[in-house]
Parts: sequence; C-alpha cells; structure tokens
Amino acid sequence: MLSIVPVWGVLDPAALMRALPGNTAQGLVWAVMAIGVFITFKILNFADLTVDGSFATGGATAVMLILSGHSPGVAVAAACLAGMAAGLATGLLHTVLGIPDILSGILSQIALYSVNMHIMEGRSNQAVSVDQYKLVISLRHINMSIVTMAVFIAVIIAILYWYFGTEQGFTIRATGCNPDMARAQGINTNIAKVLALILSNGLVGMAGGLCAQYQGNSDVNMGRGAIVIGLAAVIIGEVLGEALFGKKLNFVGRLLFVAAGSIIYYWVIGLILWLGLPSTDLKLFSAIVVAIFLAVPYLQGKIRNSYRRASKGGK
Amino acid sequence: MLVIDNVYKTFNIGTINEKHALNGVNLTLEEGDFVTVIGGNGAGKSTVLNAIAGVWPIDSGRVLIDGDDVTGLPEYKRASFLGRVFQDPMTGTAATMEIQENLALAARRGRSRGLRWGITRKERIQYREMLKELNLGLEERMSTKVGLLSGGQRQALTLLMATLKKPRLLLLDEHTAALDPKTASKVLEVSDQIIEEHNLTALMVTHNMKDAIEHGNRLVMMNDGKVILDIRGEEKKKLTVEDLLLKFEEVSGEEFVSDKALLG
Repeated sequence: MLSIVPVWGVLDPAALMRALPGNTAQGLVWAVMAIGVFITFKILNFADLTVDGSFATGGATAVMLILSGHSPGVAVAAACLAGMAAGLATGLLHTVLGIPDILSGILSQIALYSVNMHIMEGRSNQAVSVDQYKLVISLRHINMSIVTMAVFIAVIIAILYWYFGTEQGFTIRATGCNPDMARAQGINTNIAKVLALILSNGLVGMAGGLCAQYQGNSDVNMGRGAIVIGLAAVIIGEVLGEALFGKKLNFVGRLLFVAAGSIIYYWVIGLILWLGLPSTDLKLFSAIVVAIFLAVPYLQGKIRNSYRRASKGGK
Repeated sequence: MLVIDNVYKTFNIGTINEKHALNGVNLTLEEGDFVTVIGGNGAGKSTVLNAIAGVWPIDSGRVLIDGDDVTGLPEYKRASFLGRVFQDPMTGTAATMEIQENLALAARRGRSRGLRWGITRKERIQYREMLKELNLGLEERMSTKVGLLSGGQRQALTLLMATLKKPRLLLLDEHTAALDPKTASKVLEVSDQIIEEHNLTALMVTHNMKDAIEHGNRLVMMNDGKVILDIRGEEKKKLTVEDLLLKFEEVSGEEFVSDKALLG
C-alpha cells in the first residue's frame, strides 16, 4: 500500500513555514537556470536538452576550482564559461552538422556526463564545505543567500534586457520567430542560433555553479531533469504573468515572472515534501506539473473550438 | 542590372519526385525595369525568384546582380542586394516583434550587427513618417506586435521593409495572391507607388494575367522552366489577356493550364 494520504495529525504547519526560506533560496538559484531555458525555448524556439548536462558541468567546474584554491566568485564565472562551451558544442552539432535540435541537445547531454566525470576526477560527487571556503551562497546562510541571489538575478535580467535590445539580440529574436524572414533580412540564422545556445547554457552552467555551492557539493547527476524544472518555471511564470497582466507584459516582466515561476515551483515542492511524499517521487511530480501546464493552453483552445460545442450550436 | 545566365535546377534528383524546375533560364533586366512574370502551374516562376535570392544553390548557370556574381553567395549574404515580398503574408515579417522592430531589422540589411541598439529614437521618428505614407494607420501602432496585423497590412509592411534600404532589385513573389481582391489591389497600388518613387528595378511574379499586363514595362512568360516570351514597350501596352493566351499556345504548343490565371 502506498501511503500517499498523510496522517494529518503529524503535519506541522510551522515546519512548512520553516522550510519556506530554504525553498525560496533554491528557487532563486534555479531561476538563473530557468532564464537560460527561457532564452532557447521561448526566444529561439529551440528545445535544448543540453541543460541537463551543462548544469552539472557548471557545478563540477565550480567545485573543483574552489577545491584547488580559486575564489568561489571566480568559480561561478568559470562555471558560466564551461556552460557556454557546452552550448557551443550543441550549436555546432545543429548548425554545422545538421542534426535536429532535440537530438543535438541529447548528444551533448550524454557526452557531458563523461566530461563531468573527468572534471570531478572520476568521482561522481565532490563536496565543498562552507566552513572551509567562503562560498558565494550556502544553505547554511539562507537569508544571505536569498539577498545575494535576488541581486544577482536583477543584474542578469538587466544585462539580458540590454542584450536583446541590441542589433545582435534582434537577430536572435527574429531567427526564433521566423528564420525565413531573418535570412531575407540578411541575418545569418546559424550564427544567431549558436549565440543563443551559448548564452543560454552559460546561464545554466552558472546556475549549476551556484547550486553546487548552495548545497555544498557537486554531483554528476545534479542536472538530471533540469530541463523539466526549467520548463516548469518558464511555463508557470508565463501562465501567472498572463493571468495577472494579460499579454501586455514586457521583456523584463516576462523574465521576472520566470524567476517567480521557479520560486513557486520550489514552494510547491516544499509543500509536497511536507505532505509526506517520498522525495523520489518528485521527478514524477515535476513531469506531471509541466505536462499539465503545457496542455492547458491546448485544451482551452479545444474547449473553445470543439466539435461537441459546434453540435450544440456554439453554446 | 540582373543577369540570369542559363540557370538549371532540379529538385529531388534520383527519386520519383524528380522535378526539372529550371531548364536553362536566361533573362536580363535593365536598370529601372519592372518585369512581370507569368506562367502556368509549375512553370518555374517562383523558382526563378528563389534562385536569384539564393534560397538554395543552383545546379549550373550564373546569377549576376549589378555585375556582381552572386551564384556562390548564401541567401543571407545576397539579402543586402535584394528586397523581397512573399506570397504568404506570414513569411515576410517576424510576428512576435513590434512593427518598428521589424522595420529596424530591415534597415540593417547588409550591415554587420553588433552591440549597438537594435532601434534608435531617430529611427522611430523616421519610421512613423514612412508608415504615414502607407495610409493604413500603422503609424499609431508602432509598438504593436506584427502578429496582430491583417494579411494586407503585413504585406504592405513587408513592402516597406523590402524597400527601406533601396535594394538593387525588388522581388515580389505572388505577393497579392493570398489577399482578398480589394486588399490585393491596394497592395499592388502601394507596390507601383514605391517602385516608381524610388525608381526600383523589380521582378513581380503573378498568376493574374490582367495584373501582369497592367503593371510594369515588361512581361515575361515562363513554361517548363524556361522563358518563352518576353514582351516590352509599346507591344506590351497593347497586350490583352486573349493575346497572351494565343501567344502561349503558339510558343508552347499546349493550352495554358492555370485556373487561377484565367479566373483571376
């Protein structure tokens, strides 16, 4: 018998509240990753599965650099660069070798598993203690981590707002929206795609580097299912943003809601853990959440535009 | 101005769908020519335009624009010489971007795009004036997403984008075919106006014989991947649809097969 139904008497509301700051901090760390997913999935219209690998690459790179005596801040920058390299690999597989988008991402992701094992010197897990190193963020200092991450995300959003307002940013947006039009306007769509993949995976790698510091270790499996969490954040943020502000939301607003989506996702995860669901069921839960949010717009359209409705004279 | 020299293109070589789309096309345009291209279904009209634009590499022959051999250049590099408007109003614009952003994209055709602003304040003022001239009220909707415009509005915008930076050659690929008759004639009117105003060299594919006769200074008819008729000057001015049909049968030895062309 699965004991999904909790024993209500055991549930302690105070415990849920105590978990809230931790979930918020984790949501903010993953928000950086979700913003990366937003760039490929929403702006470039490219379902990039590299992220499961590049997230762990970022974590591995950061932790190994810290262990070898580099500053945690430098480690985050290096994690970003490592992620960018992963994005470049996927971009080249797709544009130079003509491999379809999803498959190029999967190939990179699989290859990165081996790369990540090499970075971590053959061990699947490497710990980095906040007692020994001055880490950028840590679950031992949750409030400070929340503040740091909030500032960090504000800076990232500001930079992205600037970048997607530049001529180069325009080429990525046009390529994602209408590649035929982009080429007719003299845009090299291959370069635009590679640039977007580099940028996106740079953010994902950075998020991996931050996440490893936050949890105090880097694990070769830490990115497994990252794409689903990223998508969940993007979609929750979008649905929420449209519900509150309609279609009028500008670019900064949309990015803010992606970050909000990530935080909400981790609140819900916290709620579920609090209800007593085993943590091994979280992946199943994440998949269901994403499936529901992806399906809702489609089903809404179906309801508005169905044969059954037509047969009843449009009522 | 434009030289198409013995161009061949076959699609799906070695399959049952093999199609000899272009069979040695020769065509030379003079500066300021406005040529209408007509022909039956599958005659190669749009294929010629795509060969000029470099949508795919041709099998043999050469394409020269203003003396520059562009045969070896990919589509995005040729874009700096060309303005293009497509049959499907969705093709020419980026739906999720604003009207003014689409114009800004077009204004940078043929320039390297770096980290300067994608659109400047000065441009906005300039685009407002240009949109005013279209008389569609778009100047009040500069920051509207193009996806919210009607097909006719999108085609008019695409035309403006195609000619924002004076192209050496304007390619119109059945750009009114997807529009209702009233909108189509409005878009054609705008096309004429822009071509005349900027003294552009243009190639307009159409399936409508009447339009082909009424517009431009030269008419080219294609069949089976070749140019079979080239009528210009006084002769073109006197042309009627009946003349064209007769001439087609005379040259090709078959009947003109395009319901759309006859009914349109």
